[in-house]
Amino acid sequence: MAETVPSPAELAAVDYEKTPPKNWMDTPVEFRPGTWCYAAPVKHAEFLGLPHPHKWSPNEEDWGLPENWREIILEGMKERLEKYRSFRLFMEICVRCGACADKCHFFLGSADPKNMPVLRAELLRSVYKRYFTKAGRMLGRLAGARDLTVEVLKEWFYYFYQCTECRRCSLFCPYGIDTAEVTMIARELLCLVGITTGWVVEPVSNCLRMGNHLGVRPNTFKDNIDFAVEDLEEITGIRVEAPIDKRGAEVLLVVPSADYFANPHYFTLLGYLALLHEMDIDYTFSPYATEGGNFGLFLDKYVAKKLNAKIYEDAKRLKVKWILGAECGHMWRVLHQYMDTMNGPADFLETPVSPVTGTRFDYAKGTKTIHICEFTADLLRHGKLNLDKSRNDDYVVTFHDSCNPARGMGLFEEPRYVLRHVLNHFVEMPENTIREQTFCCGGGAGLGSDENMEARLRGGLPRANAVKYVHEKYGVNTLSCICAIDKAVLPPLLEYWVPGVAVAGIHEFVGNALIMKGEKERTRNLRGEPLPGKEDAGDV
Amino acid sequence: MSLPRALTERREEILDAWIDRILGTYPPEAARFLRREKDPFRNPVGAGIARESRALYDALLAGASPEDLTPVLDGIVRIRAVQSFTPSEAVSFLVLLKDVVREILEEELGVRALRPFEARVDRAVLLAFDVYMACREQMYEIRARQARRETYTLLERVGMIPGFPEPGEECSESGDEERGTGR
Repeated sequence: MAETVPSPAELAAVDYEKTPPKNWMDTPVEFRPGTWCYAAPVKHAEFLGLPHPHKWSPNEEDWGLPENWREIILEGMKERLEKYRSFRLFMEICVRCGACADKCHFFLGSADPKNMPVLRAELLRSVYKRYFTKAGRMLGRLAGARDLTVEVLKEWFYYFYQCTECRRCSLFCPYGIDTAEVTMIARELLCLVGITTGWVVEPVSNCLRMGNHLGVRPNTFKDNIDFAVEDLEEITGIRVEAPIDKRGAEVLLVVPSADYFANPHYFTLLGYLALLHEMDIDYTFSPYATEGGNFGLFLDKYVAKKLNAKIYEDAKRLKVKWILGAECGHMWRVLHQYMDTMNGPADFLETPVSPVTGTRFDYAKGTKTIHICEFTADLLRHGKLNLDKSRNDDYVVTFHDSCNPARGMGLFEEPRYVLRHVLNHFVEMPENTIREQTFCCGGGAGLGSDENMEARLRGGLPRANAVKYVHEKYGVNTLSCICAIDKAVLPPLLEYWVPGVAVAGIHEFVGNALIMKGEKERTRNLRGEPLPGKEDAGDV
Repeated sequence: MSLPRALTERREEILDAWIDRILGTYPPEAARFLRREKDPFRNPVGAGIARESRALYDALLAGASPEDLTPVLDGIVRIRAVQSFTPSEAVSFLVLLKDVVREILEEELGVRALRPFEARVDRAVLLAFDVYMACREQMYEIRARQARRETYTLLERVGMIPGFPEPGEECSESGDEERGTGR
């Protein structure tokens, strides 16, 4: 037997240093399961009227592309180059300085060079050069140009669906190239030839049909809200009003659908209900605008516009004065940056004014929409809330800036201001991982599926790494955030990288600390767990 | 010089070469960055591997038990388990340590003298496979749980799963224990 076992010398002679240096253009993509999402179901693509709906799978050789797929893509590129000066600029002005290269969470977690934003954009830029510049047409590869082949298309799909459009890289680009917009356009181009994912298309289709990602009907939506009212009553002893379809209410409350069907989102919903009741806000839910999120943003701008339209339409129908948006991520990218031009002007609404403090939110006079953290921070600033912070004493909390509210709309201080007022133990993660420089959860922009879990775990490593640091150093046991996708994506991420840290929304803590007029002796928090010092209370 | 003494005295030299070799298992464009950036938050993979390799070297040197060695190995293997490496590539970093130690100490001590240390590394390779498998299994469990929750929520929504009553409780319309993950 001894003869058959290799000697240590032979074993040591094996070359484990992989990846011989090769040009990036010569390294085709390997579709390893766990790193990509499944294709969109044909029925949903058809319902949405997307181009070339067909059955295909990323790991199969033949993607069933239309015969003239190359012409379709190039025509699509031409159209977008003419329409968007920004796209042409982004294709032209990059000087490969590398400032963005090491800023992407997917690159940092995977160490795959094509996840460097500069190289990811180059996947598209090389085709731009080949077909839309003289140098590229004449010099080809010498000028960094290459033909558009099926392999190139596959590479686009793989890498542009490994970008969460978080825009961290853009923060560091001296030219202001917004790689998220490059990704958006690449995904639009892929959509033109029927290459889309189910995780994006299905919620979009449901949203268009039923108003929310899961396709929950208005009656089920009402059941869920009623259920939340009951839960809150059980905990606080107070039965709150949660009006749906109340015409003439002052405020329309728009929440991400996960708030009423998923955990830990649901506890945040209980927090809003308690707060709005306590402040006696005249508000209503809409039975149609039952989704703040907008996956259209990850597919095609026209689809995004179509999905977004329901918010203003129902605000008009319900004759409200202004809109209050709940804790959500990309919903705010759309509401804050696109809604006004996509579906505005909302001249039938009024500039939001807090009915409690009288504060007029002039910056929102365009969209007529404010974020619930801004609303609550204003209440706190005016001393309007009666709070018992100690109810949150079991939590040592840090705050994850969700990419879209942070980099998309500059919402840095309000959530922190709220947290500091409603709990005693708040710790920041290292400076280069929060605020503008926050790391993505790894599951935004339609990547929060179980199908690509391996890619998500890599992409979320930089965020989890910072959480691990404060967990070990300060005993942080809860990661708070204000994004529905974060609340869905971060728990599995932390389970893998930092066990022992839970995820919660800001208004869950607000609801815990809020002393409501006439409430019963509180023994449980919004999760139904015993409050500190009330562990022996009978009804727990 | 004895082997333990040599491994201690030339610790820095061995570690620098080993870490360099581990980071060399990544594509060259990435390896340059992984080696250069020392900030653990800007470079969680490079800095993490460097930190954990040092801890692992010391644990190997001290003859740590499998129980003590496992969490140290976890620091590196957990990262490589989700990075598109094959299983053998994911744990190969330990074999690279044998290479480095031979290159640095073989001439001085002779190959026979290195055997006790190499035996420890070999055992660590086997443990690393266990850690690798545990990480992959955990990943699939997480994945399965998410899929299950989504299905459960959908079934619950269409009223196919009434909440099961606790003893002494009335039957509820829907349980909140297994809500979905949301998107």
